[in-house]
Amino acid sequence: MNTVEGVESETIGLGQQQGEHGVDQYLTFIMGDDEYGVDILCVQEIRGWENTTPIPNAPPFVKGVINLRGTIVPIIDIRQCFNMEETSYGPLTVVIVLRATHDVGSRTIGIVVDAVSDVHSFNEEDLHAPPSLGESLNTSYIKGLAQAGSNMVILLDIDKALNFDELLSFDEEKKTDGSVEM
Amino acid sequence: MSIDMEQFHQVFFEESLEGLDIMEASLMELQEGQADSEIVNSIFRAAHSIKGGSATFGFSAVADFTHVLETLLDEVRQKTRDITTEIIELLLQSVDCLRDQMSALEQGESADSAQSHELKASFMKILESGNEAPASSTATDASPTISEGWTIYFKPEADIVKSGNEPLRMFRELAQLGTLSTVANLDALPSFNELAPENCYLYWELELHGSDISEAQIKEAFEWVEDESEIRITAIDAASEVSATTDSESEDESDPTNDDKPSGSALSEVPKSTSFSKRESASIRVGVDKIDELINTVGELVITQSMLSAVGQDFQMDQLTRLQEGLNQLAQNTRELQESVMRIRMLPISVSFNRYPRMIRDLSNQLDKKVELVLVGEQTELDKTVLEKIGDPLTHLVRNSMDHGIETPAERLLSGKSETGTITLKASHQGGNIVIEIIDDGKGLDRERILEKAIEKGLQEPGDKLSDEQIYQLVFKAGFSTADVVSDVSGRGVGMDVVRRNIHELGGTISIQSIQGVGSTITIRLPLTLAILDGQLAKVADQIFVFPLVSIIESMEMRGVEVSKAAGGCDLIKLRDEYIPIVYLTEVFGISTQPVILHESLLVVVESNNEKIGVVIDDLLSQQQIVIKSLEENYQKVKGISGATILGDGRVALIADIGELIRLSGTTHLKKLRAGDNFIPADPQAA
Amino acid sequence: MTVVLAVDDSASMRQMVSFTLQTAGFEVVEAVDGVDALAKAKDTQVDVVVSDVNMPNMDGIELIAALRALPQYKFTPMLMLTTESGGDKKSEGKAAGATGWIIKPFNPEQLVKTVNKVLG
Repeated sequence: MNTVEGVESETIGLGQQQGEHGVDQYLTFIMGDDEYGVDILCVQEIRGWENTTPIPNAPPFVKGVINLRGTIVPIIDIRQCFNMEETSYGPLTVVIVLRATHDVGSRTIGIVVDAVSDVHSFNEEDLHAPPSLGESLNTSYIKGLAQAGSNMVILLDIDKALNFDELLSFDEEKKTDGSVEM
Repeated sequence: MSIDMEQFHQVFFEESLEGLDIMEASLMELQEGQADSEIVNSIFRAAHSIKGGSATFGFSAVADFTHVLETLLDEVRQKTRDITTEIIELLLQSVDCLRDQMSALEQGESADSAQSHELKASFMKILESGNEAPASSTATDASPTISEGWTIYFKPEADIVKSGNEPLRMFRELAQLGTLSTVANLDALPSFNELAPENCYLYWELELHGSDISEAQIKEAFEWVEDESEIRITAIDAASEVSATTDSESEDESDPTNDDKPSGSALSEVPKSTSFSKRESASIRVGVDKIDELINTVGELVITQSMLSAVGQDFQMDQLTRLQEGLNQLAQNTRELQESVMRIRMLPISVSFNRYPRMIRDLSNQLDKKVELVLVGEQTELDKTVLEKIGDPLTHLVRNSMDHGIETPAERLLSGKSETGTITLKASHQGGNIVIEIIDDGKGLDRERILEKAIEKGLQEPGDKLSDEQIYQLVFKAGFSTADVVSDVSGRGVGMDVVRRNIHELGGTISIQSIQGVGSTITIRLPLTLAILDGQLAKVADQIFVFPLVSIIESMEMRGVEVSKAAGGCDLIKLRDEYIPIVYLTEVFGISTQPVILHESLLVVVESNNEKIGVVIDDLLSQQQIVIKSLEENYQKVKGISGATILGDGRVALIADIGELIRLSGTTHLKKLRAGDNFIPADPQAA
Repeated sequence: MTVVLAVDDSASMRQMVSFTLQTAGFEVVEAVDGVDALAKAKDTQVDVVVSDVNMPNMDGIELIAALRALPQYKFTPMLMLTTESGGDKKSEGKAAGATGWIIKPFNPEQLVKTVNKVLG
């Protein structure tokens, strides 16, 4: 008898979002001063932040796991992935649950963001290659940049950005803290 | 009418594989020259069913092959052919071949295999050389005569209607071909007193006119009665009398490819282009009793539910006892429901054991050893997933016993044993576990040689004093093999470590007992199911971890317990006459917290693989059955954690992997030696 | 509705026969062997019997003989599904009281046609 706690999830209707050829819809969210976008077809639901169960010896950006209707779903802080400043979580903090595919299947993962912003449609022509952002951001996670009104939206490639196999090995290399090597 | 025959394929594959298992087991019981008719019949029946099904579902490669098998088996069954070792051997190979064909078909591939052609050729050779020359396929009917008109003389035997054949029905069928006129002859009708009302005393002369009516069409109407009736069919224009042959051979379907073969798309071999990439059969066959039990439980649940909703409709405080009763009942229903559902996944271990008689037989021949296999507790049930995964490790262990354990007949006689060795496979339930033992009466493990070998391979430092148990554990190390000659029977020393790893992955343990010269027993303990375990919830810092109840030996307060330090910085406690290393979960799992105050903590002593550790925790919470959820599905494997579960309040708790914690404890201690000690010992004087 | 008793120890064949006949509008009672079939035939009066021959416990021929001996099945059409080579099984079946046979392999159309044929 497991009850699902936390904010009642608001599910975004999927399926009809795919527009005519070449037009993709993106859900955008705010982190810090920037607006990011993810392919809306990857989005499973949006929910409020709830306490997680920490995972032993996980890298700092892995906040732990939650119970999503009986499935164990890891929550990661995308700020920390991108080496952005950490913030504390509050009642307004939002978790976007995404379905990311990898080599042999797909994973459901939640990402912590400051707030959900909007849904935008972009043509393939609207996408610009990201400029080199130096060391601070690994640009392979970025699908492109697009202009939404006066704002620049950074479109993320979810499959790459949430590839644990890569994320975790990357973390291993730079691990200098005192956690136990196993 | 279009029936999608594909919907029956999966059932056909499953029942065929079951049939092949029966066939194999029965073949094992057969002895040269002793064709026990019960056994031969069951073998025949299995081959026969596969042939019938494969022909019906359009798997002609399988049908062709099983047809030859069936012909041979039929001769054995009719006792016109003696069963020989050669035939048994070929039949056993055919079982393997058919299994391969089934799995090919299941994957949507062609079942045509070189092996089946070879085997078929061997059978044909036997059949031709046989006691009886097989009737070569008879030429099919004479050229179909076609005519515009026919006269038919039809005189059935008296009791035709007693077989459910009604002459009128046949005439109706004929009338569909053209215009039919009938003349009934009454001259055979007896007097009324002698008349048996169920007999047919009439006979007919019929005339059938129509365009292009063939003799075969007419014969078809009388197909089932031609043997017992007098039938003459004459073409009117040709005036050539062709009496209906009573030769049943002409209707023979001994060759399934003759022109009797029904047409229709359903019967063509599954075309390659439409083959399905992969069809993982995730089905399970469930006994009706288990389903009934489930339905009963659900029935009770419904009653409880309606009782509770009645209480809740207009709740008064004086109904509290009733509410509590209802909730208790609900708890019980839930538990029963859970048990019934889990039971659906349980299969008898015989599913796995059944392959060994064959394997032992083949290996005995190969190794020139005499071995008798004894199976005990084959009906012991375990979870389907566990069952599927235990097959390979078990096979490896049985092979090992055959190869290394059992001696040659000569060696056995020399050491005063009977020529024939015994391998016993035994399964039983012990608590929440299934215990599988592989017992042989062979030469046992050679302590000294294992040690020697381990030192030689650098797996063990010379000079250490080791218990038998520790020495036997060396066998499970990677790169260990004691076979003098690397044989194809048991591999190259890559085996036992893999076996142990597989069993650990299933949450089980493996151990060896052995007496030199007397034999060995390998014991595998496995959880009954992978999906549910009895857990002990424990609090560590602000987190809750689950310990599998089966691995907990005891728990104790640390107050006043003496903690000593081993070389390497490991904390130990003495429990009775054993020293047990202490593991700090805060440290192993990297949980940041206040320094552990040991004398205020509890210690849970857990065991895996005959090794024990004490795990320091803050508090013991409840014990409950938990449903295991995968962490790897959306994340990845976490060291020291076997999975997760969802607690009653919806939170996630992680399940401790005891075996891995024991292994991890070693590395942690080394680390701690470097990191320095910030733990407050239980007894400050002891430090 | 016309009731057919479909008897076969092979689940796939039984399902195929049963599904085909149901699709053709018959009501089907399934049985896994002769013993099962006999019990079910005593329970429910069926209009046609379609039975495999080679089955454990009680084979198709024994079944047909047993059914024929029952007064309520004296004239009921009974068909054997047979792959047997040679005439043995057919004549054995006839002797036991079988109406006729359907030779395996058969396709669904043939099955329906033959069942309709014996029903007249």
